[in-house]
Amino acid sequence: MILRTPGGWSVRVRTRALAVGALCLLAALVFAVVAIGSGDYPMSPAAVVRTLAGYGSAADAFIVEQVRLPRVLTALLTGAALGLSGALFQSLVRNPLGSPDLLGFTQGAAAGALVTVVAGGGSVALMGGAVAGGVATGVLIYALSWRQGVHGYRLVLIGIGVAAILTGVNGYLLTRADIPDATRAVLWLTGSLNGRGWNDVVPLLVAVTVTVPPVVLGGGRGLRMLEMGDETAYALGVRVERLRLMLLAAAVLLASFAAGAAGPVSFVALTAPQLARRLTADPGPNLVASLCMGAALLTGADLAGQRIIPGHQLPVGVLTGVLGGGYLLWLLATQRRRGRI
Amino acid sequence: MTRLRANDLTLAYERRTVAEGLSVAVPDRSFTVVVGPNACGKSTLLRALARTLKPRSGTVLLDGNDIHTLPTRAVARTLGLLPQSPIAPDGITVADLVARGRYPHQRLLRQWSGEDERVVTEAMAATGVTDLAGAYVDELSGGQRQRVWIAMALAQETPLLLLDEPTTFLDIAHQIDVLDLCARLHQEEGRTLVAVLHDLNHAARYATHLIAMRDGEVVAEGDPSTVVTAELVEEVFGLPCRVIPDPETDTPMVIPAVRRSATV
Repeated sequence: MILRTPGGWSVRVRTRALAVGALCLLAALVFAVVAIGSGDYPMSPAAVVRTLAGYGSAADAFIVEQVRLPRVLTALLTGAALGLSGALFQSLVRNPLGSPDLLGFTQGAAAGALVTVVAGGGSVALMGGAVAGGVATGVLIYALSWRQGVHGYRLVLIGIGVAAILTGVNGYLLTRADIPDATRAVLWLTGSLNGRGWNDVVPLLVAVTVTVPPVVLGGGRGLRMLEMGDETAYALGVRVERLRLMLLAAAVLLASFAAGAAGPVSFVALTAPQLARRLTADPGPNLVASLCMGAALLTGADLAGQRIIPGHQLPVGVLTGVLGGGYLLWLLATQRRRGRI
Repeated sequence: MTRLRANDLTLAYERRTVAEGLSVAVPDRSFTVVVGPNACGKSTLLRALARTLKPRSGTVLLDGNDIHTLPTRAVARTLGLLPQSPIAPDGITVADLVARGRYPHQRLLRQWSGEDERVVTEAMAATGVTDLAGAYVDELSGGQRQRVWIAMALAQETPLLLLDEPTTFLDIAHQIDVLDLCARLHQEEGRTLVAVLHDLNHAARYATHLIAMRDGEVVAEGDPSTVVTAELVEEVFGLPCRVIPDPETDTPMVIPAVRRSATV
């Protein structure tokens, strides 16, 4: 659908992609409200919404603002960051397996975080360590992949190599930690949202607000062209290397901040773009739909993790693997249309 | 006056130098065809002309300006390129792919004008893919797919269009199809075309200007009827042959000589 204004402006609206994005966002918000209402001190969804709007009782307000809202916001933002990051990587390397948790960026963030855990740092240090580790890995992989421009396959192979090395490093770091630190680190490595506070939310919120608008508005259309190969994109007037560097940097930052906040949650960055693409039926990078899908997946997984076994909380990372992977397998099995991957 | 020329280019990939001191001028409104044996640097030259490969030294001039100093989007409105193996994104339809050719004419707040619509419709009609508009590109035959890619390049509306081996991987009928289409674009729309071709007879039949390359150097260039001789083919390709007039068009036609070792 095309929207035109008398001034000669026109915007192309992909109705179906927009609808998918809106539905995912709605689902994410519903999960969020239910999640805020559940726990040892249950609240009805109406009470949650009332409290969020600022009209709740003092007790409700305390529980929501101090305990449950930060966790739910962390889930929403982490999911959104991972969904977008995955969509960027998959599009840039033209490979559905191109996701930060397979290409080493997440392992890099984990290594940075583990170093701070071994050194006995708190949650702020952990976030900083994760971001530093992720960014350093990003620079390393980019530099190693550079050969008159960066090419998808090379980046994937180098990323997988770096991921393998870092997995080893991370295992070694765990053996160097004291038992309590190691326990904490292992829980973090599964991906967990337990006990997240405002100091986890704020850096993540800043990272997402700063990266998302330029990526979606400034990079989305160029990225669409890049999917036809570097030469075609170049011929169409895309500044290929500049765009790729900018988008890779954004994707690495998003993945690193997400890992810093919730640990290296597996599979969201891999499945969210695939799910989004299958629902929108749009060949483009599906950035917005993937972002919303990621948020819905992670909030849904966290909610399920709190509810599935009464009295016991499963870390969100356990659920994202099972839910996201299962849904993707189901989609692939039921969607027989014309032998598409 | 030539809008596109290359002056004294040194072209190289990481370790391998492909050409040194290479100069070429593309005559305006010509259908220029570049021929030569494998690895002679013809595709590399095309990539340099399309600015997707930066020369080690020398300059490519577009309308008198160094092509690498011009804004890439402005160049993309003048000069189009159809690479040898472009990638069709998974699950893309013909109409969507052709529409992507409009990218250099669009802005964030001018994403799809009436002009875009008109040009894309025309490009699909000119290449005969209008009926395929809703089809998925990955389900088309090789010949149809190539016409769709040409339609995308046409939608870019550039007066200059470079085609890197547009007939490779096509059967003979589809090769002629594509070349007829190119000839029509050249004659009826007055576009300047530069194509790399493998088949000398096709080149001689369709080109208005022929460039023969070997080892990164231009060996001969000009009208095919004067350029294509038995001596030149032997010199460029190392192939003993006879050159006779094409019974259909009277253009030169290369008949390879029978080699003793190949006969029974």
